[in-house]
Amino acid sequence: MKKYILRRVLGMVPTLAVISVLVFIVIQLPEGDIVTSTVGQLEATGVDMSDDRIESLRAQYYLDQPLPIQYLYWIGNFITGDMGFSYLYAQPVNELVWERLGYTLLISIGALLFTWLLALPIGIYSAVRQYSTADYAFTTVGLIGLATPNFLIALILMYLGYNWFGLSFGGLFSPEYINAPWSWARFTDLLAHLWIPVIVIGTSGMAITMRLMRANLLDELEKPYVTTARAKGVPPLKLLLKYPVRIAINPFISTIGLLLPTLISGEAIVAVVLNLPTTGPLLIQSLITQDMYLAGSLIMLLSVLTVIGMLLSDLLLAWVDPRIRYERT
Amino acid sequence: MSANNLVSINNLTVEFKTELGSVTALKDVSFDLPRNCITAVVGESGSGKSVTSNSIMRLLPDSAQTSGEIILYPQKSEPISITSLAEKDPRLRSLRGGLVSMVFQEPMTALSPVHRIGDQVAEAVLCHREVSKEAAWSEAASMLEQVGLTDVQQKMRMYPFEFSGGMRQRVIIAMALICHPQLLICDEPTTALDVTIQAEILVLIKSLQQKLQNSVLFITHDLGVVAQVADRVVVMYDGQVLEVGDVKQILKNPQHPYTCHLLASMPGAERRTTKESKQKNWAAGAALGGGTALATAEDGRQVREFVR
Repeated sequence: MKKYILRRVLGMVPTLAVISVLVFIVIQLPEGDIVTSTVGQLEATGVDMSDDRIESLRAQYYLDQPLPIQYLYWIGNFITGDMGFSYLYAQPVNELVWERLGYTLLISIGALLFTWLLALPIGIYSAVRQYSTADYAFTTVGLIGLATPNFLIALILMYLGYNWFGLSFGGLFSPEYINAPWSWARFTDLLAHLWIPVIVIGTSGMAITMRLMRANLLDELEKPYVTTARAKGVPPLKLLLKYPVRIAINPFISTIGLLLPTLISGEAIVAVVLNLPTTGPLLIQSLITQDMYLAGSLIMLLSVLTVIGMLLSDLLLAWVDPRIRYERT
Repeated sequence: MSANNLVSINNLTVEFKTELGSVTALKDVSFDLPRNCITAVVGESGSGKSVTSNSIMRLLPDSAQTSGEIILYPQKSEPISITSLAEKDPRLRSLRGGLVSMVFQEPMTALSPVHRIGDQVAEAVLCHREVSKEAAWSEAASMLEQVGLTDVQQKMRMYPFEFSGGMRQRVIIAMALICHPQLLICDEPTTALDVTIQAEILVLIKSLQQKLQNSVLFITHDLGVVAQVADRVVVMYDGQVLEVGDVKQILKNPQHPYTCHLLASMPGAERRTTKESKQKNWAAGAALGGGTALATAEDGRQVREFVR
């Protein structure tokens, strides 16, 4: 198993190298660069830039070097943990990204737990009581949830929250806590705001999780090993959870890894609507403004997380399913 | 009646409700399973063999409607009317795997793919007796040795997909016998196995029965297998019992035309078949589908006769 993991990790290196070249090409594609847009903006406000200033700015960002050298500077710094400087926010990219990534992680995990804690038991119930009234009711509600755009749910919740409770749900903190240091009060304030994005984002995955769990479990309930366990005298609830549910749930466990890339790109619209300090809006902004280091770093992080997520998925699946585990060792 | 019989099946009729109307799987089936005896139920596919055995275990799907009665006479306790037990009755759970247990046709799929062998066998003990997990595992180990597995400690930590078909069937037999059931139902236990393994499993079932002195209900369509293991034979066709009797009587001197037909359909049957029974075969072909009635023959056997 250790050998397998090592082999997979080494296999990630060439993949990421190729991706990094592609990312670099993509962020170079648009006309102009940071310096031209800086100069343009400064000149629009009436500041006259001398050619010497412009040249020194270019040199600062290595823009006077040929492209392959620029690439090496960029990726070299990225690997050593320096993701460059965001012109747009006038901050190092490192400072911008990590805190947002933390909040994104918090919201994503919250949404995942919300989805699973509700959708998996409902899926199990729907399979065991197939074609019952409750089965149809859950399916209907789930499909409505799937068909409603997330940002709409977000808007409705914000409206209801404001009308009924007089609360403003935008953001993750009340205004007085946004820049405050961490304290118990700030933490509870975060929890008071967190549930809205968790529900909004969680609802989108609800229907699909419910239906998949139902379908998987219906397949497993028919299998002979279930009859064997019944014939052995295993009590009904224990039987259900230990055998068919245990096997039907495997595919879900393996999708945890695939959630990693959505940490950066996912739910950007909801984040914009709810004014969440997550990475989604950051990525959109950076792409619009050609903030090269910020955009490049985010896309590169996205790729790294995708590749790691794939590995994690495979490892989780091997962990829960001995059949896969033994093929690979 | 209860002195010699472990199970009596009386007028058992099972219907399945389907979208296209109801299908009758068993029509008025009655026979007894004596104690300490291997009874084989033979018949072609769809004759109702498995429905009969699943009725004893109460493993029929919800769409099944049962009438008639199955009564179990356990050695040391009160008789149980299996057909009238509620699904939640604790007696039903102690029956399944405790008093009556089952060996299935498909050893490749009858074990859970993600649980260890030891866990699955020991679970049967834990379901029926208040013992520690360690005690259950050591009991499972000795049972697995009895069914002919070696290196048991190591094998108990393995998964079913690491086992061959024959080994899996041994595991299932161990799982079925670990709580010393008074009735072991074997539903075509050798059909999915190759011929040499088949013979080994049959010998195993027979020798374990002699050792444990329990009753075995052996379901098969293979008369060769019947000759090897059975003491008594029940011949079924189209959900009805055609003939019940001692294995030697039935194989040597079948009374019912359908039984003759079955015997003659075996490869190599020509040598054994007399002219007379060949004629009976032809009669059988013509007679099947007519009205029938159970009659008692001169030697005490019950034979269903066709009324034309």
